Amino acid sequence: MTAKVVTITSGKGGVGKTTAVANLAVALAGRSQKVTCIDGDIGLRNLDVVMGLENRIVYDLVDVVEGRCRLRQAMIRDKRLPELYLIPAAQTRDKTAVSPSDMIRLCDELRPEVDWILIDSPAGIERGFKNAIAAADRVLVLTNPDVSAVRDADRVIGILDAEGKGSPALIINRLNPTLVKRGDMLSVEDVLDLLAIDLIGIVPEDENVIVASNKGQPLAMDSKSRAGQAFQNVARRLMGEKVPFLDLDAPGLLQRLLGRM
Amino acid sequence: MDETPPSLIQIKGIREGLLIALGEANWEVLEAALIQNIENQPAFFQGARVVLDVGAHDLRVAELSVLRDKLSERSISLWAVLSGSAVTETTAQNLGLATRISKPRPADLQSAPESAPENAALWVRQTVRSGQRIAYSGNVVVMGDVNPGAEIIASGSVIVWGRLRGVVHAGAEGDETALVCALELSPTQLRIAGEIAVSPKKEDKNRPEVARLKDGQLVAEPWQAN
Repeated sequence: MTAKVVTITSGKGGVGKTTAVANLAVALAGRSQKVTCIDGDIGLRNLDVVMGLENRIVYDLVDVVEGRCRLRQAMIRDKRLPELYLIPAAQTRDKTAVSPSDMIRLCDELRPEVDWILIDSPAGIERGFKNAIAAADRVLVLTNPDVSAVRDADRVIGILDAEGKGSPALIINRLNPTLVKRGDMLSVEDVLDLLAIDLIGIVPEDENVIVASNKGQPLAMDSKSRAGQAFQNVARRLMGEKVPFLDLDAPGLLQRLLGRM
Repeated sequence: MDETPPSLIQIKGIREGLLIALGEANWEVLEAALIQNIENQPAFFQGARVVLDVGAHDLRVAELSVLRDKLSERSISLWAVLSGSAVTETTAQNLGLATRISKPRPADLQSAPESAPENAALWVRQTVRSGQRIAYSGNVVVMGDVNPGAEIIASGSVIVWGRLRGVVHAGAEGDETALVCALELSPTQLRIAGEIAVSPKKEDKNRPEVARLKDGQLVAEPWQAN
């Protein structure tokens, strides 16, 4: 096996990187892929919480880099899916504890053992971001359909280009079709018009995401929700399948019921 | 024995700190020579604020950030990088380094080919994204969009074959005949010579337009082919 290293980044904070990593990991692992997630947000770790693995952390990324444990020991296995692992970030250190070359070395060691390495990038464009993209074969830029998130995504795309990482693919997260229709939110076309990169996913706004994150149970485990479905589709596209984008205008159950009244 | 050939590295004191000018050689050679030079006289460099003039070297983020880390390990802060290379300037800007010191150095003004400065243009064949800044003595032609948050500063005219939505300053050294043209002219802010304008909200954005100074006023007009 030679893993593909995929980094998810956004520039702006709070657009849903961690949720996206957790859901993509679950979706890929559910398709019998061997997946390891790495939380790159040293000092502000969250991925363990969203994946519901917080209480099982013994060693973390910095322990591996500083040689206090072997790579295997820091990989927490998710019991719900047999081939899903997490390497958590250290909470008591900061971004400078790891260097870009450490990340490249670590991913190279991991590559023969898994199909996918998903790296959750911290917000910002400083050291933590540099660490997160150092080893990436592919970068997914996540944005929300609002002006400031798109502006930051544009900046990140420019930096990726300057670093020779090529053109990333775009995931638009938290799209609210009703707001778009009213003209109160940027549409998919508006965002693509500005960023001009390939689109790999459109994830609708879904309050179940928050519920699921708090429970530590990524939404993609439950294929009924639309956001979960959207992440499943991104995973399939990453694996090379051609999957049409969800029709977000199709009325949900609630709208159908209301329509009948 | 460890003497670096004087042509490789030149150091002089300026108001803003130390100006280190690098000569023509392989980047690895230059970097090694610079570090060697610093280690030979650590007390001199201790705590220095350094401006690096790298000439025409094309430097990527990886190279420049490594050097910055090496300098900072030696308590030297690199705050600006001067270069005639657009690649290096972009890199420096991406790393948050200045690319000009308060007074533009004379060399900046000569970076356009000497033969016909008014005909010289910088050819930018990519979209200029947020946070990127292109400064050039001469005209600038962009094949692509100029996104919000991007800046283009030219002593001559600016032509954007695409959508102009960032900040553009044409005639930055006072040339009032400078033009700004774009397929879609909706900049965040437009400057020609000393005049500043904010583009009005308009419905019809699909016409190419030209902005110029007319009697001291910035005006934009639809492109007329005649």
